[in-house]
Amino acid sequence: MSEHQEQHEHHEPDNRDVHDTDFHVVSPVTYIIVFSVLLVLTGVTVLASLFDLNAWNPIIALFIACVKATTVVLFFMHVKYSSRLTKLTVGAGLFTFLILIGMTMSDYFTRAWGRW
Amino acid sequence: MSDSTAIAQTPHGTHEHPPYQRHHFESMDQQVDATGFAMWLFLLTEIMFFGGLFTAYLIYRNWYFPAFVAGSHQLNIFWGSLNTLVLISSSFTMAMGVWCAEMRKQGALVLCLVLTFILGIGFLGIKTIEYKEKFEKHHVPGLHFSVKSFVDPASDPDIAQYHDKPLRLDMARHTELYFFLYFAMTGMHALHMIIGIGILGFMIFRARAGAYTTGHITFVENFGLYWHFVDIIWIFLFPLLYLISRHG
Repeated sequence: MSEHQEQHEHHEPDNRDVHDTDFHVVSPVTYIIVFSVLLVLTGVTVLASLFDLNAWNPIIALFIACVKATTVVLFFMHVKYSSRLTKLTVGAGLFTFLILIGMTMSDYFTRAWGRW
Repeated sequence: MSDSTAIAQTPHGTHEHPPYQRHHFESMDQQVDATGFAMWLFLLTEIMFFGGLFTAYLIYRNWYFPAFVAGSHQLNIFWGSLNTLVLISSSFTMAMGVWCAEMRKQGALVLCLVLTFILGIGFLGIKTIEYKEKFEKHHVPGLHFSVKSFVDPASDPDIAQYHDKPLRLDMARHTELYFFLYFAMTGMHALHMIIGIGILGFMIFRARAGAYTTGHITFVENFGLYWHFVDIIWIFLFPLLYLISRHG
C-alpha cells in the first residue's frame, strides 16, 4: 500500500463502521436453516442408534457427528466467510488432531495382527 | 475491556482511529484478524486437549469392549438427547447474539445472551440429574464403586431393556474405567460450560450498558467461537458415550 493511500485511509471519519470492509454478516435465515439441520441430524442419529447395525452403528453415529460439527464450524463459527488465515488455522488443527487419532489408533489396532 | 472506553483524542502520530483500536495495530482490520487468529489458536489447543481424551476413550473401548457396552447402558438416552437439543439451541441463540451485535440491536443482543445463559444452566441442570443417579448407584469411580449392575444385570431394573449377560468379575471391574472416562470427558465439558456461563453473565451486564453495540463486537464474536466449540465437543461426546454401544 502506498504512502498516499495509507494517509487517505487514516483520514476517514472516526465513526465509520469498521466492519463494513471485511466483515461478512451472516443472516438469521442462515442461522435458522443451520439450527434446523442440526436438530434433524440429532433426531436421525438417535433414531439410527435404535437399530442393530453392528459395525455400522458407530460409523453412522460418528459420520453424522462430523457433519454436524462441520456445519457448526462453517456457519455458526463463520469459517466459510473468514479469511484464508482462519481457514488454514482450522485446517491445521484438524490435520494435527487426525495425526493424534490416526497414528495412535493404527498402533493400538494392529498390535495383535497375525497372532490369531 | 476498560481501556476500550478510553478517549482517543490525544494525538498519537498523524492519524485518528476508533477508541477501541489498540495502538499496536495499524488498522481495525488488522486488529480483528489478529484477535480472531489468536482465538482460533486457543481453540486448537482445546481440540488437542479433548482429542487426547477421545483417543483414550476409543483405545480402552477397543480393549475392554464388553465393559464399555455394559457401562454405556447405564446412561439415559432421553436425558442425553434432551441435553443435545438444549446445547444446540444455546448455540443458535449465541449465533443470533453475534448477529444482533453486528446489527447494533442492543435489546435483542441482551435477550439472546440471557437465553444462551438460561440454556447453559439448563444443560448443567440435566447433567446434575444424570450425575446424581451415578452417585446413588455407586457408579462413580473411586467412591465405593459397585460392579453389581454388571456381574448381576438382572438386579438392575434400569437396564432390563438391554438383556445384558453377566460379565465376569475381571471384565466387570473395567466398567470403572468407562465411568472414569465418562466423568473426565463430561466433567471437563461441564467445566467449560461453567466458565462460559460465567463469562456470559459478565457479557449480559456489559451488553446492557451498550458495550457491544457500538461496532466493536470482537468480544462477542470470540466468545461465540468458544461457545460453539463447547457445543462441538458435546456433538461428539453424545454419540460416543450414549449411542454407539447400545447393541454391543
